[in-house]
Amino acid sequence: MSLFHVIGFGLNLLLTLCCWFVSVISMNWLNDGEIMTTKTLLGDGEQIVMKLWEGIAELSSKIYHCYPQYVVAKKWWRKLLIAWVLLWIIVSFSVFWYMSTQAYEKRKETLTSMCDERARMLQDQFNVSMNHVQAMSILISTFHHGRNPSAIDQSTFARYTDRTAFERPLTSGVAYAVRVLHSERKEFEKKHGWSIKRMDILEQTPVHKDDEYDRDGLEPSPIQEEYAPVIFAQDTIAHVISVDMLSGKEDRENVLRARESGKGVLTAPFKLLKTNRLGVIKTFAVYKTDLPSNATPNERIQATDGYLGGVLDIESLVEKLLQQLASKQTILVNVYDTTNISHPISMYGSNVSSDGVQHVSALNFGDPFRRHEMRCRFKQKPPWPWLAITTATGIIVIALLIGQIFHATINRIAKVEDDYQKMMMLKKRAEAADIAKSQFLATVSHEIRTPMNGVLGMLHMLMDTGLDVTQQDYVSTAQASGKALVSLINEVLDQAKIESGKLELEAVCFDVRATLDEVLSLFSGKSQEKGVELAAYISDKVPDVLIGDPGRFRQIITNLMGNSIKFTEEGHIFVTVHLVEEVIESAEEFKMESSLKSTLSGLPVADKRQSWRNFVVFNQEGSCASFASSSLDQINLMVSVEDTGVGIPLEAQSRIFTPFMQVGPSIARIHGGTGIGLSISKCLVHLMKGEIGFVSLPKIGSTFTFTAVFTNARCKNEQKIQQINNQSNSVSSDFHGMRALIVDPRTVRAKVSLYHMKRLGVHAEVVSDLSYLRTENGVTNMILIEQEVWDTDLEKSSLFVKNLRRINASVSPKLFILANPINSSRAGVSANGFPIPFVIMKPLRASMLAASLQRAMGVGNKGNCSNGELPGLSLSKLLQGRKILVVDDNNVNLRVAAAALKKYGADVVCTDTGKKALTFLQPPHQFDACFMDIQMPEMDGFQATKKIREMESDINSRIKLGQLPPEAYGNVSSWKVPILAMTADVIQATYEECQKCGMDGYVSKPFEAEQLYQEASRFFHVKPNQNT
Amino acid sequence: MQRQAASMKRSLFNQEYLDEQFNELEELQDDANPNFVEEVVNLFFTDSARLIRNIELALANGPYDFGRLDDMMHQFKGSSSSIGAKRVKRECSQFQEYCNGRNIEGCKRAFQGVKQEYATLKTKLDAYFQMAREAS
Repeated sequence: MSLFHVIGFGLNLLLTLCCWFVSVISMNWLNDGEIMTTKTLLGDGEQIVMKLWEGIAELSSKIYHCYPQYVVAKKWWRKLLIAWVLLWIIVSFSVFWYMSTQAYEKRKETLTSMCDERARMLQDQFNVSMNHVQAMSILISTFHHGRNPSAIDQSTFARYTDRTAFERPLTSGVAYAVRVLHSERKEFEKKHGWSIKRMDILEQTPVHKDDEYDRDGLEPSPIQEEYAPVIFAQDTIAHVISVDMLSGKEDRENVLRARESGKGVLTAPFKLLKTNRLGVIKTFAVYKTDLPSNATPNERIQATDGYLGGVLDIESLVEKLLQQLASKQTILVNVYDTTNISHPISMYGSNVSSDGVQHVSALNFGDPFRRHEMRCRFKQKPPWPWLAITTATGIIVIALLIGQIFHATINRIAKVEDDYQKMMMLKKRAEAADIAKSQFLATVSHEIRTPMNGVLGMLHMLMDTGLDVTQQDYVSTAQASGKALVSLINEVLDQAKIESGKLELEAVCFDVRATLDEVLSLFSGKSQEKGVELAAYISDKVPDVLIGDPGRFRQIITNLMGNSIKFTEEGHIFVTVHLVEEVIESAEEFKMESSLKSTLSGLPVADKRQSWRNFVVFNQEGSCASFASSSLDQINLMVSVEDTGVGIPLEAQSRIFTPFMQVGPSIARIHGGTGIGLSISKCLVHLMKGEIGFVSLPKIGSTFTFTAVFTNARCKNEQKIQQINNQSNSVSSDFHGMRALIVDPRTVRAKVSLYHMKRLGVHAEVVSDLSYLRTENGVTNMILIEQEVWDTDLEKSSLFVKNLRRINASVSPKLFILANPINSSRAGVSANGFPIPFVIMKPLRASMLAASLQRAMGVGNKGNCSNGELPGLSLSKLLQGRKILVVDDNNVNLRVAAAALKKYGADVVCTDTGKKALTFLQPPHQFDACFMDIQMPEMDGFQATKKIREMESDINSRIKLGQLPPEAYGNVSSWKVPILAMTADVIQATYEECQKCGMDGYVSKPFEAEQLYQEASRFFHVKPNQNT
Repeated sequence: MQRQAASMKRSLFNQEYLDEQFNELEELQDDANPNFVEEVVNLFFTDSARLIRNIELALANGPYDFGRLDDMMHQFKGSSSSIGAKRVKRECSQFQEYCNGRNIEGCKRAFQGVKQEYATLKTKLDAYFQMAREAS
């Protein structure tokens, strides 16, 4: 894989280079003029480079990122590729041509030099021979003609020439012919004893053997003006003696030319008589006197004495020469006599015709009349120009390879682009499918929820009827299952909502402590069942009232606690709420706190600091100061839920926040649940701009911690806060200023108790043991003893009670036992005769604590209904005697709705248009509520509601201003009749729509008892005096 | 007789002519208004007859005002669901779907279905009430 990457990288690099190269070229074309002008200006050079780079970047980005242009780019690339390959083929051919030409030239040069060298040497050798022959002519002229009588006769000559033959290695023989005029013939013949013989016949009958050659067989020469009979001859050619040289055609010409020119002349090559090899005869004239160099031919003829001829064996001459030289094998040499240009006579060399390279060197053998030349050829054909071939092939191969790479790269890019497109499409489809899934889920859940409400409502009503115990049990089971189903559906709906991003948080005032109490009370039953201690602690620094979404906040805590309680069999579940800043500041303190013995139930817990180790807030230590100070209104809460449950297996911890993922399939079977609670919680936490984390040790427990950002309610909505405060403080005012003593050895638990007492306005102190009890510290109204302490040493307890009585008879402090669900079974044990202390069951909650204290101490109880107590009243109680206006344009619906409401005891007025409803609801009126259809002709429910709200606010303001007498409006200072929408299709948007135009809620049509109850109970509080 | 009426009602439920809502209507019937169900159903029939006529007119010739058709059908559907006429309601939904899709042919076809279901329901319910009256 990595190799592949490396190659890929290489390709990219190469491609980039190519791209750069091409773009440079194209840019050059584009900006040709510009570049030409700017070339001289160095300063602008950089700019150009920059421009080029920009161009390249643009180009490459175009190629890489613009899909619509990518097809065009592909074509363009293909053309470029072909051009590239062609270019390199041309280049390689030209290289091949160039190199082979070079080789050819070199060969030719070699040939030339070799040929010239041979020619020169041949010439030299020849000339040397010639010089010797010439020297001999001088010898003859000196000793033959210059002396009388002659100092040379034939035998002398023969011997001399034989002995000096080494000087003339190439001359096979020399002969001397004397000039004899016809007048002198007789005398001459007599003198020599033989007659002058004719030669032409001799020429015609080639002789093979010297011995058999019969000189006497020759005919005597016919009468001529002059003769040139050979008188001396070397032994090798002794047969020519007495032969008239002038009688042979060739020789005659030679002789005549020689005596005219005074220089050596050559015959045309001919076959030598004896050796049958090619040879030439060189003839020199011998003069009587020394002639001046500028003598005329005539003078020369007159002065001629005789002629010396040397037979030159050209063939052996050349052969010898070539043998002397190296590289004889490589070269073929031909020597021609080219006197007659059209018919060159070959003097040496095989007559192999070859069209190869040939070099011709001229030879000068000292005879101006005759021309000779040497033709050289290489023996072998020229070798293949392997170097050129390999080079060219190499270039082509490289070019093709690059082309291939290029092609592959383009294809790869195209493929990647294609894949990318495909992926994008798949991604879109997947997203669409996901959305469709969410919508489907939402729709289906909603469709299920609506009939489920019906089922629940019916079950609820069924419970009101007279059922026996078994039936009651069945019905309650069915209802519980139904409720579980609805809550599950709600979870799924939440998940779908979160996924589609539709979930929005409310921003309303709420009391954190009350919210937490509610959650605690929700789980109190379960925790008591399981014997798990529940506790909540909220730091003093957390403001009472915050602005945020209490429902969602509660949902998160409920989810976490629900999980905890599901997996905890013993020990405790402890919810703590702090400010984030507080936690940062007191990190050390937390370290201490987390030491083993000081947990709530004494069981070890997971170190909760680990649960927030990944939080961003804590990791940017430096910024937290600014973050804290920058927004005074911003409250960063940190909530931890600590349990001593089974913990989460390590391998499952990573997917704990993934929707529908549970630790194992068996979990769902054992504990139920869908596994989306945590995922929803995470989403909600994120919506609250917080973070969530956890730490979990198997078999020890888990701690989940999340942060959430709320707004401090201090500055806004003073009135509302007051309202909320009043609600929660109504109970606490009774205990204000009282003193309490809490006996608890465990600091954490004591802290929780202290916190709850503090909320009630009770001043409390903590002691760890009963024996610490002191009476000096003034009046103590109550003593709260942890059951653990009470139970461990009953004797001590009784002693303590005794002491207590004795010390303070007037104001006897009330004794309370704080009972754990774990040992609640023993709570009733009477302490031998002593008044059984009041038992307060945990989990501690403000309202519950207050109620218990009230009951015990007999204070307050002015009929205030405690908050926690829900009126278990049926719908009919709620609606009894209410005057309700029903608005619907559909007669049937109107009838049915009216009848349904009437059945619950309501006083129903019907009307069929929005306009009529307006007149009915014109204050003052007696209506307690209005049920309004949404879809109506003329004026729909939304419009009508808006109108009604406008009307009401107008009248309210006028009453306030005193423009209208309040008495005329039934002394009601603010008119706002609850309006509920009735709708057949309960879609998500409707609720928001309802709220937007001032409606209070909606009920589905036809009515479902449960839903109607839920909605109605929001604004109909049961007022006993209403029933009259 | 009463058993017969009950079994007839059950068959109406089984064939899905009626749903739970009809039961709720019957629940609402008490001594104060003993003929409540019948009243409401008759109201439904008269109301629907008018609506059907209107829709028929609107469907007879173009141009088709789909919005209006949808409104009328919504009314019809609303009242159908109020008395628990399940099959009629289903046909109405079908009609509304076609209406949203601007498919006039589909609308016409669906409307035939609506009328048919409506007519069947009317005969069945009439027979049922007849029987119920005789039973009491």
